[in-house]
Amino acid sequence: MVPCTGRVDEVMILKAFENGADGVMVVGCLEGDCHFVKGNLRAREKVRRAADLLAKAGLGEERARMYNLSAGEGAKFAAHVADMVEHVRGLGPSPINLVRAGAKASPTNVREG
Amino acid sequence: MIMGEVKPFEEVMAIIEPYDDIVLAGCHGCVTVCRAGGEKEVQVLASTIRLARETAGRPIQIKEVTLERQCDPEYLETMRPYATDHQAVLSIACGAGVQFMAEHYMGLPVLPGINTSFIGVTERQGEWAERCQACGDCVLHLTGGICPVTRCSKSLFHGPCGGSSNGKCEIDKNVACGWQLIIDRLKSLNQLDNYRKLQSFKRWRTSRDGGPRRIVRKDLQE
Amino acid sequence: MKSGSNLEKVLEAGHFAVTAECGPPRGADPDVVRRKAEFIRGNADSCNVTDNQTSVVRMNSMAGCLLLKESGIEPNMQMVVRDRNRIALQSDILGASAMGIRNLLCLSGDHQIFGDDPQAKNVFDIDSMQLINLVKTMRDEGVFPSGKKIDGPPKFFIGCAVNPFADPYEIRVPRLGLKVDAGADFVQTQCIYNLEKFERYMEDLRKEGLHERVKILAGVTPLKSAGMAKFMKRMVAGMDIPDEVIARISEVPKEEQAQRGIDMCIETIERVKTIEGVAGVHVMAIEWEEKVNEIVSKAGLLPRPQVD
Repeated sequence: MVPCTGRVDEVMILKAFENGADGVMVVGCLEGDCHFVKGNLRAREKVRRAADLLAKAGLGEERARMYNLSAGEGAKFAAHVADMVEHVRGLGPSPINLVRAGAKASPTNVREG
Repeated sequence: MIMGEVKPFEEVMAIIEPYDDIVLAGCHGCVTVCRAGGEKEVQVLASTIRLARETAGRPIQIKEVTLERQCDPEYLETMRPYATDHQAVLSIACGAGVQFMAEHYMGLPVLPGINTSFIGVTERQGEWAERCQACGDCVLHLTGGICPVTRCSKSLFHGPCGGSSNGKCEIDKNVACGWQLIIDRLKSLNQLDNYRKLQSFKRWRTSRDGGPRRIVRKDLQE
Repeated sequence: MKSGSNLEKVLEAGHFAVTAECGPPRGADPDVVRRKAEFIRGNADSCNVTDNQTSVVRMNSMAGCLLLKESGIEPNMQMVVRDRNRIALQSDILGASAMGIRNLLCLSGDHQIFGDDPQAKNVFDIDSMQLINLVKTMRDEGVFPSGKKIDGPPKFFIGCAVNPFADPYEIRVPRLGLKVDAGADFVQTQCIYNLEKFERYMEDLRKEGLHERVKILAGVTPLKSAGMAKFMKRMVAGMDIPDEVIARISEVPKEEQAQRGIDMCIETIERVKTIEGVAGVHVMAIEWEEKVNEIVSKAGLLPRPQVD
């Protein structure tokens, strides 16, 4: 938990995948409504950069996502989570988890050279 | 300060390809300011490399460290206890740091992780621009504090050339015409008379053209 | 006489001079130059051979000049400072003079990013201003920059280029002043389409008395088509083509535009002839050298004077 998504950086996201995450969702305030003014906008850029690095590493950029909502939107939060879970299920396990499980990673996810 | 940029990831991967255990060394100096080789960049690069290598079925061990500087022997020595436990060092300091690291760890391959570009300034957050070519013979007092060697794409001493258009250089609309800047400055300082003087040939010998350079201060040596 | 060149003699005798220009080939075939020489013959007092223009590799200016000379045309060698350091420049100055080349233009050169070799090293050891002064010192004082004596000083009529249409305008006349102080004997201007601006430029330089210290040749280039005009207006830095000019060539059908362009060029020559301080015209019909005769003759500039 962080006080503002502005505190999230690429390292946190990447480390989550090193630790076995299949997907990472970053949930911040609605754009324009950041309690700390611009934190959520910075977070969006960092999530984008992390996604780009995940693509380069062969995990796919779709595994890191940012969602925005306000603190009072409990139902929306649940919906976003469900959306992310379904999304990640569709992508399958992170290639790194497949490698760790001893299975051969799918060809579309393994980076050449 | 010295500015550089991280090498494309594919290039870094190709450079470290032969190794399974490396030190990734950053620097708290210039490369931290231009967000290419500081502590954060060490963490991000190390993480990305580990993910990529493990996904490709060839895991890699990375010892992450960020030195105070890589251009001073005392700071390089802090790696001495463990450096040779690893197969190579990937340094994301500037080219001077990478080389000094290599000189101090002769038996270890020392690899560059960034491309060192120029001596420059932070114009605004996230944007750095070249200012000095280190010619060793500074004449900024004659050109209103703006360097013709660096800021003019042709290093003219009596510019601008005929390609100056709307204050921009012929090579790129985003590059200011150095001589337009100089003339504007000389005008504002009431020094346009400087312009009508024919400058003698530049002495390039004090620049890199004269060979690799050295400064010795006997008064500071023990 | 500084060099004894035909161009110098024509100008000294008070005639309205005509120079032309030809670009050397992108290859080693000398006949390309010889063919162009035939279009120039009798139509100009001397002819420029460009030096790797727009940084695109071509046969060098010196070779092109020698081929013109062999064909009986007086050459104007062009030397840019983009590719050669002061050692090579001095060496080429001696070599060119030894081979009988007598007119030399000292130029900056387009940045190498425009050519086929954008990765090339940027030389610019000295700039065009300093090159002018270098040639003058070698010629008049017979010494190298080091001070050592030259064994047979070079003889050149020294030329330079100006662009009255580049920014900032306010520095263009002072910059010409610098070139004249440095030793320029003649000037060729960038091609003129904006006559109003050119007249203003001439007025400003007359105030400094520069027209009496240097011979100014007004540059003209015939437009081949409305497309070419629009392209040049948009893409060439320092090119000033007013909308009225574009309109005039666009108003005729495509197949008549070339002739309209030539007629407009002739009009420009006739107009600059009347401007005080203009000592001649520099016709740059690049890759259209066959039209030089029509342009020069219809502008009333033939036959070219014979001076000795």
